Amino acid sequence: MTMILDVALGMAEVAAVKRSGADMAVVAEVRKVDRDQRQTVGLPFVEAPRMICREVNVYYGDKHAIKNVSIDVGKNEVLAMIGPSGCGKSTFLRCLNRMNDTVAGCRVTGDILLDDLNIYDRKVDVVPLRARVGMVFQKPNPFPKSIFDNVAYGPKIHGLAASRAELQDIVESSLQKAGLWDEVSDRLDQPGTGLSGGQQQRLCIARAIAVRPEVILMDEPCSALDPIATATVEDLITELKAQYTIVIVTHNMQQAARVSQRTAYFHLGDLVEVGSTDRIFTNPRHQLTEDYITGRFG
Amino acid sequence: MSLPLLVTLILLLSSLTYWLGCRRAFMLARQSLSGKLHSRPYYYGVLAGLWCGLPSLAVVVVWHLAAEPLLIRMAMDGVAAAKGISSPDQANLLVNDLRNLVAGTMMAHKVDPLIQAAADQYLGMRRISDLALATVALSTALAGACLLLKRIRPTLRARNQVERVIKVVLTLCSTLAVFITIGIVLSVLLESIRFFQQVSPTDFLFGFKWSPQMAIRADQTGSSGSFGAIPVLVGTFLISGIAMVIAVPLGLMSAIYLSEYAGARFRAAVKPLLEILAGVPTVVYGFFAALVVAPAIKDLGAMVGLPVASESALAAGLVMGIMIIPFVSSLSDDVINAVPQSLRDGSYGLGATKSETIKLVILPAALPGIVGSILLAVSRAIGETMIVVMAAGMAANLTFNPFKAATTVTVQIVTLLVGDQEFDSPKTLAAFALGLLLFIVTLALNVIALYVVRKYREEYE
Ligand SMILES: Nc1ncnc2c1ncn2[C@@H]1O[C@H](COP(=O)(O)OP(=O)(O)O)[C@@H](O)[C@H]1O
Ligand SMILES: [Mg+2]
Repeated sequence: MTMILDVALGMAEVAAVKRSGADMAVVAEVRKVDRDQRQTVGLPFVEAPRMICREVNVYYGDKHAIKNVSIDVGKNEVLAMIGPSGCGKSTFLRCLNRMNDTVAGCRVTGDILLDDLNIYDRKVDVVPLRARVGMVFQKPNPFPKSIFDNVAYGPKIHGLAASRAELQDIVESSLQKAGLWDEVSDRLDQPGTGLSGGQQQRLCIARAIAVRPEVILMDEPCSALDPIATATVEDLITELKAQYTIVIVTHNMQQAARVSQRTAYFHLGDLVEVGSTDRIFTNPRHQLTEDYITGRFG
Repeated sequence: MSLPLLVTLILLLSSLTYWLGCRRAFMLARQSLSGKLHSRPYYYGVLAGLWCGLPSLAVVVVWHLAAEPLLIRMAMDGVAAAKGISSPDQANLLVNDLRNLVAGTMMAHKVDPLIQAAADQYLGMRRISDLALATVALSTALAGACLLLKRIRPTLRARNQVERVIKVVLTLCSTLAVFITIGIVLSVLLESIRFFQQVSPTDFLFGFKWSPQMAIRADQTGSSGSFGAIPVLVGTFLISGIAMVIAVPLGLMSAIYLSEYAGARFRAAVKPLLEILAGVPTVVYGFFAALVVAPAIKDLGAMVGLPVASESALAAGLVMGIMIIPFVSSLSDDVINAVPQSLRDGSYGLGATKSETIKLVILPAALPGIVGSILLAVSRAIGETMIVVMAAGMAANLTFNPFKAATTVTVQIVTLLVGDQEFDSPKTLAAFALGLLLFIVTLALNVIALYVVRKYREEYE
């Protein structure tokens, strides 16, 4: 009975995504999924995925940090991941470009595909992978080099520019895409660490863009920024969506609502609910999701 | 009353005052219901203790400095007048006699009755002076204590006053070090000036021959001494250079391995072991260099047909290099570890490999610290004496050949100052000139390094 209901609801949701918010009444009548139910509810899978994650488990030593998570990341969408702190958002995000390899004692099982490439395949080299899946961190971490060198760092090590002029072009276009060019074009030789927090974070985004990634992972990119800088970065994310697939972790639900098309809610290592952002925030189907977005715990 | 007893008494008094002050302040705090006390109660105690102790200790110090010469003058006045002495030299002689007599190091039967009388007078006056001092100091302490204990009330700004005293003490401590340094430099400078009055600075700085043997008697023929510092300086740079060629790569590489590649357990075990290298006494390194390394190098040289002296700059430099590895490795390891993990993550996140990350991000960020560690190692190498004495010899050859014997500035300073020498002969004074030279060279190295670091530093938060 519940299965049929789920399927029906899934279809209703697809319709909801397509017609953006219609048919909500149908969903609203259904009783919430129980708190102790840990199967993912909602729509974790999409029609044209860029990344496919199936039965991913992550262990830090004995600690089971991510439990059997399966989800897709669609092309040119912004997927937001929310949940109380310590629930494994960062851990899961770091699986997507194998940043967890640098953490001692961290073990990842399951399959993660980028297009057709299984990124945890033994033959896969992380260097080109991380060029395809870039990352922006919670705290702006520009290198203690000039603004130019910060952006040129990736293209240089990957040999993307044949000449100095080409490198300059890449730097300029990356800074432009990151919306920082007008502010720094006259002081490219100044240290990147001298910029304001919001500028630093946009510099880090420019640095990630400069290696021409397909997917950009952002781990709470605005949590160290003031509201104005946050708004700038959010506008930037909305613009970048046209060219890149973006996965963003945030603890700010308004931010998730503003920038993302789909939202995934994590709880203690489980992926509890996935769905269109509109639906998740207006009509969560899992009791835990509702508790979280109504602020019952954080 | 003896001085230690007096000081102990004053300290006891001021602790008592501290306790009384605290108690009074606590009482006040309890009484005034709204808690209007300006500072925490114990500040009132500290302030009271300070008022009790500081002025009376100052009285003790000043009194001691002033009383002794005054008393001696008063005692000697009679003697000088009776003997009709006017020249200060003779007077000084008599004062020395008096001092010896008072200290009991002079035979009683040889004593001039006049001096004996003066000594008795001096001792009598000193007893009175000590008693007077004790009275004055203790009453100062009591007065200070009473004055402050009476003034304790909620509006007294005790914390500000205590903190002002603390600030003054801290300032004094920091300037003390500066003044001591200035004093050392000045004393070396003055002796060097005396040296340069006898030997011209150009001869010293640009002379190619170092042979400080001087004729001891005026009629002696032969060596007149030549003080060209170039061979000695070249020896210093040669040996330190060899040491740095060993220590910098080895130290830096082990620092990189320890901080970036090694596991935590390996690092915890190996780092202290490496640091032991710096703890071995240099004499032991000297043995090792003279008895093991130098002969080995000599044999090796003989095998390939190179003439190697049994005491060689190479042996000394090699062993010195091993000695200073931990200066480079341990400090560099610390600064590399201090580079934030977020920078590494940023680099890995862009697809950089570990070696690219180390080369392009971590080492540049750690550069100031690394240069600092290298500087420390250089100054240690330049100042090292024992290994060179034992393994490189004392011959001041002007040579850049590491297979020959060489000598360094520090070794020459030691050899100039051992043995019976007048303290105003150029040979002894030359030691001070060499010291000054060494000081200037290390200072210049430091300044250059500071400049380099400032220019190429990559600052992270
Ligand atoms: N390097 C690590 N070693 C051990 N445990 C870790 C490590 N990193 C994270 N964890 C644990 O994994 C869980 C998920 O952490 P994280 O992914 O950082 O949560 P979030 O980003 O959602 O706040 C937490 O319980 C945390 O304690
Ligand atoms: Mg996190």
